[in-house]
Amino acid sequence: MLLSENFKIALRALRANKLRSILTMLGIVIGVATVVALLSIGKGATASITSSIQNSGSNLLTISPGRAQFGPAGEGASRQQSHLYYADYELLQKTLTDKVTAIVPSYQSSYVVKSGDQSINVGVTGVTQDYQNVRAYQVADGRFITDGDNKAQSMVAVLGSQTATDLFGSLSPVGKTIAINGIKFDVVGVLVSKGSTGFASADDAIFIPLDTGYDKLYGSNANFNGKKTINNIIVSVKTTDLMNTVSAEIQYLLRRSHNLAATDQLDFNVLNQTDLLNTLSSVTRTLTIFLGAIAGISLLVGGIGIMNIMLVSVTERTREIGLRKAVGATRNQILVQFLIETVTLSLLGGIIGILLGVGIATIFSATGLITSVVTANSILLAFIFALLIGVFFGLYPAFRAANLHPMEALRYE
Amino acid sequence: MIQTENLTKVYQMGEDEVRALNGVSFQIDKGEMVAIMGPSGSGKSTLMAIIGCLDVPTSGSYSLDGVSVERMHDSQLADIRGRKIGFVFQQFNLLARTSALENVMLPLTYAGSSGKERHERALKALELVGLADRVHHTPSELSGGQQQRVAIARALVNEPAILLADEPTGALDSKTGVEILDLFQNLHRQQGQTVIIVTHDSYIARHTNRILKLSDGHIVSDEINHHPIAPGTPRTEEVI
Repeated sequence: MLLSENFKIALRALRANKLRSILTMLGIVIGVATVVALLSIGKGATASITSSIQNSGSNLLTISPGRAQFGPAGEGASRQQSHLYYADYELLQKTLTDKVTAIVPSYQSSYVVKSGDQSINVGVTGVTQDYQNVRAYQVADGRFITDGDNKAQSMVAVLGSQTATDLFGSLSPVGKTIAINGIKFDVVGVLVSKGSTGFASADDAIFIPLDTGYDKLYGSNANFNGKKTINNIIVSVKTTDLMNTVSAEIQYLLRRSHNLAATDQLDFNVLNQTDLLNTLSSVTRTLTIFLGAIAGISLLVGGIGIMNIMLVSVTERTREIGLRKAVGATRNQILVQFLIETVTLSLLGGIIGILLGVGIATIFSATGLITSVVTANSILLAFIFALLIGVFFGLYPAFRAANLHPMEALRYE
Repeated sequence: MIQTENLTKVYQMGEDEVRALNGVSFQIDKGEMVAIMGPSGSGKSTLMAIIGCLDVPTSGSYSLDGVSVERMHDSQLADIRGRKIGFVFQQFNLLARTSALENVMLPLTYAGSSGKERHERALKALELVGLADRVHHTPSELSGGQQQRVAIARALVNEPAILLADEPTGALDSKTGVEILDLFQNLHRQQGQTVIIVTHDSYIARHTNRILKLSDGHIVSDEINHHPIAPGTPRTEEVI
């Protein structure tokens, strides 16, 4: 007997109980749709986190003050006392020349910024010229902070795109004047919007020359024990192979300049973007697997639903099975017939579920809340899983049908 | 055609053993029309199941068309059923929502013949039972007698060695029942078909040429019926 005939018999049997077949299939549809949608959303989250980190440069080391804390929160009092100093930057600048392309210090603090009657609270970051390259910022209008600005301690500022809109609306801010904490700065440039990177938004920021900041704006906030402090140092390493070497070198140099004993914990962190990327990727991967597993459970429940209905169906059709056996159907032919019925149910459910899942993922993407990436892998996985469930949960009812005694089956009332 | 030797069948009902057949031996030749008669509990259903290869005897031997079948496996029995035996049941047992033609084609599907051959043979079988104009009707669109005719066509489509009917008129009114018995007699006379009718009803049994009476798992009589009731004779109480 041909497989196509078995499919015909299966479809006829499923059509005979349309509502029941649809309800049974619904379990698989929902299960598969959830698997596809969740895997796509998980994949999308991973992709957007990865790209946002890669956009900010994967050859960057970020040095920031603070101890890596393992103990209870209360023991972290020393965290406040740890600082990075401008002198640290100068030391690295002097020592690391051959392995790095740029070393960029920055200091950030929030101030009230006014333009005309517009007033906003925004982070003002003191930077050097290289900051633009390291962060891959693009200037939409005007120019970025230059070394000359730093040398001359010019009263100039570059605005992030959001800040520019907040202060000046649709007007061009270049050439206009703003007041940061009451001190007048000339706007010389506006940046292209980068979108949120998930951390601090570069669009909602003001950049000024670091030296101007120390001298005119930050005052004693940026001063500890008579030394100028900075928030972080970004080191752009020449090649990614050198990342670990440079990181180790930085740790060695700063440990010495901070007078830390060999057994002391570091009072600064050297953050490798690649490490961060790996950590976040593994977190999102774990989450995706976790979500997928939950969806898988619903698929399992759908499978049990199929088995339940098939057992009822076998009981209802006992006489039909007896008749088929009487006219020459072998045990295996009955087995295959019922197995194909469950597989047809689960495959149809799987296909509808995949369409629904892709639809859900697309709708999520369209709303802009979550990016989702539908991959062939997740579709294949869901499809194969649905098929396996059909076979697995179909086997027992099919065996029950195949093993019926023909005479008893014919007499069944 | 059929040769049985000392057939027994023992069922285990809980702790009790029930002997449904207790040493049954008989022979049925090709072209005979035989009734197996007995009250319920006489073992006639068990005997029918064994003759029809739906079940195997506990002991004894049974050869069908020269093939010894008493020790066959499930799949071999299925094959024998498909090729050598045509069943007709009291409740017709047609597949619902399935046309007469497709119902008749069912045994050929399992026998693995080609689509075209199936179609032709099923049409021929339906013609033989007088339903050539009802091939695309589904069981719910057919009367009881017509449904039983479809079932008979289905039984005949594989050109079986024996046509085995289990109370074939039990679900029909007496007029339709007589028509079905007519059909069996015609098949017997004109096609030389071997027919076995299992019944509890002596009126029906007397349509055949030989009556095997069964009681308590034994054959109690085996008589030739020299004057089978002629086709078309209505049931009357005085017919002996």
